[in-house]
Amino acid sequence: MSPVIPIHTDSGCSDAPVLRERGQREVFCGLTGIIWLHRKMQDAFFLVVGSRTCAHLVQSAAGVMIFAEPRFATAILDERDLAGLADAQDELDRVVQRLLERRPDIRLLFLVGSCPSEVIKLDLSRAAARLNQRFNPQVRVLNYSGSGIETTFTQGEDACLAALAPELPAAPAPAEPELLIVGTLADVVEDQFSRLLTAMGVKRFAFFPSRRSTALPAVGPNTRLLLAQPFLGDTARALEARGAQRIPAPFPLGAEGSAAWLQAAGAALGLAPDVVSRAIAPARQRAEQALAPHRAALAGRRVFFFPDSQLELPLARFLARELGMELVEVGTPYLHRQHLAEELAWLPAGTALSEGQDVEKQLDRCRAARPDLVVCGLGLANPLEAEGMTTKWSIELVFTPIQGFEQAADLAGLFTRPLHRRQLLAA
Amino acid sequence: MQLTLWTYEGPPHVGAMRVATAMRGVHYVLHAPQGDTYADLLFTMIERRGERPPVTYTTFQARDLGGDTAQLFKDAARDAHARFQPQALLVGASCTAELIQDDPGGLAAALNLPVPVIPLELPAYQRKENWGAAETFYQLVRSLVVKPATPRVKGPAPRCNLLGPTALGFRHRDDVREITQLLTRLGIEINVVAPMGATPADLARLTDADFNVVLYPEIAQTAATWLSRTLGQPATKTVPIGVKATREFIAEVSALAGIAPDISAAAADSHSTWYAQSVDANYLTGKRVFVFGDASHAIAAARVAAEEFGFQVVGLGSYSREFGRELRAAAAGYGVEALITDDYLDVEAAITAAAPELVLGTQMERHIAKRLGLPCAVISAPVHVQDFPARYAPQMGFEGANVLFDTWVHPLMMGLEEHLLGMFRGDFEFHEDAAPSHLGRSATPAALPPSAPIAIPAETVAQPASWAPDAEQELRKIPFFVRAKARRNTEAYAMSRALPLITLETLYDAKAHFSK
Repeated sequence: MSPVIPIHTDSGCSDAPVLRERGQREVFCGLTGIIWLHRKMQDAFFLVVGSRTCAHLVQSAAGVMIFAEPRFATAILDERDLAGLADAQDELDRVVQRLLERRPDIRLLFLVGSCPSEVIKLDLSRAAARLNQRFNPQVRVLNYSGSGIETTFTQGEDACLAALAPELPAAPAPAEPELLIVGTLADVVEDQFSRLLTAMGVKRFAFFPSRRSTALPAVGPNTRLLLAQPFLGDTARALEARGAQRIPAPFPLGAEGSAAWLQAAGAALGLAPDVVSRAIAPARQRAEQALAPHRAALAGRRVFFFPDSQLELPLARFLARELGMELVEVGTPYLHRQHLAEELAWLPAGTALSEGQDVEKQLDRCRAARPDLVVCGLGLANPLEAEGMTTKWSIELVFTPIQGFEQAADLAGLFTRPLHRRQLLAA
Repeated sequence: MQLTLWTYEGPPHVGAMRVATAMRGVHYVLHAPQGDTYADLLFTMIERRGERPPVTYTTFQARDLGGDTAQLFKDAARDAHARFQPQALLVGASCTAELIQDDPGGLAAALNLPVPVIPLELPAYQRKENWGAAETFYQLVRSLVVKPATPRVKGPAPRCNLLGPTALGFRHRDDVREITQLLTRLGIEINVVAPMGATPADLARLTDADFNVVLYPEIAQTAATWLSRTLGQPATKTVPIGVKATREFIAEVSALAGIAPDISAAAADSHSTWYAQSVDANYLTGKRVFVFGDASHAIAAARVAAEEFGFQVVGLGSYSREFGRELRAAAAGYGVEALITDDYLDVEAAITAAAPELVLGTQMERHIAKRLGLPCAVISAPVHVQDFPARYAPQMGFEGANVLFDTWVHPLMMGLEEHLLGMFRGDFEFHEDAAPSHLGRSATPAALPPSAPIAIPAETVAQPASWAPDAEQELRKIPFFVRAKARRNTEAYAMSRALPLITLETLYDAKAHFSK
């Protein structure tokens, strides 16, 4: 289907068996997505309806950001709210009223469901509809679930964008194909892609989520959907339901990944491959040149991925193909086979893949394999370092701009640095 | 429902984790949804522990809710016991599991494990972290201490237990060392330190002491009260923070131990009293100070500020509702109204109204003070990673008082320094880019000699390239703390190639060039 990446069934991991495990999962819940989503959507506020644990989690994940009057907060449920549901809805109205009085600049309010609010079946969609009526047109109120029982880490973004997708204006049907790039990217990355697309001759393209809720991109039958992130299953489905057609592509990580991603976009819009190649050539060369020293440092090193963000497969593909690393095990919280078909085809045949987690068993496998580098969460990183392993904490891969040509070497640097550091300190 | 941006305390099960993580040979099986494992990183990152907390989570998901979450819990408890072989097992529920009403205590009891299983009832919608720690420690003590059949025979030397230090406690590690040294110098033996470093077997030995030292009432008071009632072990009431309190503490433990205290020997390394008396400290007189933290640290800090350093306490508050009475009594002594709240906006308002010259508080007050441009020092949890220091930094005892003097006076000295900088702004030594303050300004890029990372031909040096507007704009998107370096590198790169204009391409060419 993809015009650039031939999928061979005899190589790659397209049909590879996947180890599916259930047990303790050492992962964040979807609430964590708020931390980067609120930076992107500049007029949106995220109100978690949950417990003190939820507030504590968001606070721990947000680090110092919490002190900068950020656009997120928690409405903490207490005993009185648990006693009767009608009361909880009134309480929520009161909290939202107070919040919007304090923050008149807010145009979009997300009520974010949590495990406690889901378990007591507090109907946030009803609350959103009611509040929407009350505060319209000043503020639009939507809801989604970021609960741990339904979402893992980056799936919070998926749930958020899927809730926002029905709000996009309808694009008029008889028009030339329009490109919609879906998934939160750092502003600097977005701007780079904008320039490259313009250089390719693409005139009509937009990003979702947009920086402001008052300028949402349109969607319709002529929309071509290009995913920038691998964790957007529900969002893609919601946009496809509105007629958009997804462009199959690997994800824009590394020089090769970014090139293939833009080539896929170009092909879907009817551009000739050499037109695209010419437009992206300087940036691609730059990226390849900047990657060379990292390749020298990483080639032949063995890397193990614990599941975290669903970025693991594209990252592993980048490390294996562009930097020559060996993949010991690549864990992912979820494996969306369709969206990751191109990535799977690119992975070295025989790569051990795992979906889900039983953390103790996975730690046993990791210890037995003694990889050179372990990509894992902050709860595991220091304990593994203390056992003598070198780790790269994975959450940085979500918060740092890593996509596109200009970031390819920065991305490689994230993996080079811990190895270099261990070498320095050992000397 | 309470609108919250910042919470001073986590939920009660985090308090239980602090006790479990502090101990050895204990494992905590927590019925909790996927995601609650975030709490692990408080221990591995903020406290920099080299091992995972001894906690197993059931991490149930939505699809489990239709099925048998009780079975999930039983499997997790059985597996945790098999893998970790603890001497005692704590079992409990987090906030969400509390709602689904599986009974962790009953389920774990049904497993018939060959170790004591201690169920924890931690009401997540009423109580908070410190209460959870206190309750967990109390339940452990109650379950594991066996009252001896015959009264204990006193040893030749008086003996005590140190109660209260936990994981993730503000300076608990060094307070324990300091107080252990102090008591040892007085001739008092330490029987058990708990929960920090203790095993369940050690808790069973708590009976073998004459009295208990309660270091942190927020955590140890419930257990100490029970020990006193059940075993007749008296407990200390003074928290030894500050020289005066430490002297009172010495008098108190000496009375409990039945010995004559030698204070001068114990205070051999005490400097803070003389430092506060020295003429250099004269300018501290009457400095207006606002104090906020957990109740014990806040009350102790207010006393040190007023009686030992000569400050004026203009505000005293705490988020520990459990100790409201003690706090109100202390505040009345300074003629101020106690502020008991867990809403940081209230604290900010109170600080603004009190107009202090120094704020003593938590991580949150540090940021409030930064926003208001006020000097500040941290005296209490919650704290961030920098307040789990590598160096020895107790709060308690005589060395603790030395640490307090340095820590609190340091931002004021910096304040004076900043004042001087303001006065002499424009002098060549005090130019406006020299901002050596702790008050949140960036470092001093202008004061550093410009580094020349690559050789530059002499004739091009005089002509630095100018920036195209779009390149300049792109540069601004780079985070401020690396922007200066990016600018320097790009300009050096442009010079080396004798480029007259820095374009977007140049910016990224330079980035690629310097990327190593």
